[in-house]
Amino acid sequence: MGAMGSHRLRTKEGAHQSHKPDSTRSSRSLRSLRMTIWKAMTPALKITSLSKTYDNGFEALKGISLEVQPGDFFALLGPNGAGKSTSIGIICSLVRKSGGSVEIFGRNIDTDFSIAKQDLGVVPQEFNFNQFEKVQDILITQAGYFGLPREVAAERAEKYLRLLGLWEKRDSVSRMLSGGMKRRLMIARAMVHEPKLLILDEPTAGVDIELRRSMWEFLRQINAEGTTIILTTHYLEEAESLCRNIAIIDRGEIVQNTSIRQLLTQLNKEVFLLDVADELQECPQIDGFPTRLVVEEGGNSLEVEVVKGQSLNDVFAALDKQGIAIQSMRNKANRLEEMFVSMTNNDTENGTEGGDS
Amino acid sequence: MTAAQKWIAFRTILTREIRRFTRIWLQTLLPPAITISLYFIIFGTLIGPRIGEMAGFSYMEFVVPGLIMMSVITNSYSNVVSSFFSTKYQRSVEEMLVSPVPNYIILLGFSLGGVVRGLMVGTIVTLLSLFFTDLKVTHLGVTIGIVLCTSVMFSLAGFINAVFARNFDDISIIPTFVLTPLTYLGGVFYSISLLPEFWQGVSMANPVLYMVNAFRYGLLGVSDINVTWAFAMVILFAVALFAIALHQLEKGSRLRS
Repeated sequence: MGAMGSHRLRTKEGAHQSHKPDSTRSSRSLRSLRMTIWKAMTPALKITSLSKTYDNGFEALKGISLEVQPGDFFALLGPNGAGKSTSIGIICSLVRKSGGSVEIFGRNIDTDFSIAKQDLGVVPQEFNFNQFEKVQDILITQAGYFGLPREVAAERAEKYLRLLGLWEKRDSVSRMLSGGMKRRLMIARAMVHEPKLLILDEPTAGVDIELRRSMWEFLRQINAEGTTIILTTHYLEEAESLCRNIAIIDRGEIVQNTSIRQLLTQLNKEVFLLDVADELQECPQIDGFPTRLVVEEGGNSLEVEVVKGQSLNDVFAALDKQGIAIQSMRNKANRLEEMFVSMTNNDTENGTEGGDS
Repeated sequence: MTAAQKWIAFRTILTREIRRFTRIWLQTLLPPAITISLYFIIFGTLIGPRIGEMAGFSYMEFVVPGLIMMSVITNSYSNVVSSFFSTKYQRSVEEMLVSPVPNYIILLGFSLGGVVRGLMVGTIVTLLSLFFTDLKVTHLGVTIGIVLCTSVMFSLAGFINAVFARNFDDISIIPTFVLTPLTYLGGVFYSISLLPEFWQGVSMANPVLYMVNAFRYGLLGVSDINVTWAFAMVILFAVALFAIALHQLEKGSRLRS
């Protein structure tokens, strides 16, 4: 990833300085090397104790901290109202934070906002482009806000409209586009200044399967070219298919921050509490099932981890062999799982499931 | 952002503003041309001769500068108020808020867009007036200067209105209840010397009176008030409005949650 990042950087610099003599080339590559190293060490996004209480007293974020490394493809998962959009709103300065700090590639969004914003592209959840403007004008105007000269803006607009299959629609007025096209327009708009960090707020909500897949393909491609991507989603499948790391946010708090692989293992695991009849002196060994002895006032119980596909019969057989009688059994509440169930319910209620998962 | 980048951002906003009001010229450029032509026909040609002289000029000559100024004021104001409010309403204002454009560039871009529309309508109306009367310019500097300052001031006022507006009602309340009475009673149609002394005093509190009279002074060489005082006041108002508008943007009021 680092090599790709530095390649991007060189081509960018090259475009600006092509008129300079060869003698500056070595110092330039040295500088770009230093930049690459610095980039590799600085998180793409660093959030520290971020909090937000809205005017109506609703506490949307309760001091979350999060780091996303350069080049990562990161998922921010959570049910509706968990605080995902608030976090994104704060990062791109549309929502005023109540406390904490945000750094984008080491630049604080309060004190260094101009550079921080140059590195950031945002695709919001709701359409927020001018409904009366033409597709191409929207992109060129957006590039202008970032200070890109018109020729560069026109070039970028063409590049991303083609990549997202909107080039044919460049002269259409944006309100005439279909829902899926509008969504792609917002992605193209966010890419027009080629940010190093792209944040997408539920980019595929309500988008049909085929389009979703083509959007995934585009995101994979720009990620492979060095863009760090953070996306929020309702769909575990989407996160699973695209992302390497994940944070789960619920009621304004981060409840998990791990790799996708780790998360899936955790989701595949169920923990059972087996209440035993007699007092046990030590924890029994059950082959293939990590077990823990819990001593409570009401009696002893065993906490047994069962991965999907394993049979509970094996647990009972092993305990039976050791002469341990089980009185009753219950599931240990798994907050993560409960959350996923509730997220899935939300999806079905909203009718945005798409039949894809 | 470098100065060059800021210049590009400023030009982008201004270009988009001009593109907007020229695209919808049926709503922005044509109506004032028709309305003001009707004023010319009714007050100038039909009723005017019966009114007789006003401040030493025919009524048509007297009313033309007032009507030009009125169209500049209303068009500068309404361009910025509707454009910025619709940007807010459609949420495309977020495109600017997530970008590194400094707030003062946003403010300058929108205001200058209003000035361009105001001056464009002013020019159209001036050209139309040539069908009804001869236009002479007594003091060119005063004429251009006061139109510019007035246009800037009302563009800024329109911007502030748009920032505070929550719905479409809010962007028509000020024009209807404040702007229209001020212009109609601001010496567009009459010289305040016609008024009883008390109402002359009251009229002096109306800023539009100063602008209209300064403009009339530029064209005809007559004014009810002191022209220097008019300039000082318009510039002072413009500076104050700029400061208020910029402060609102910096605070992000009604723009960022």
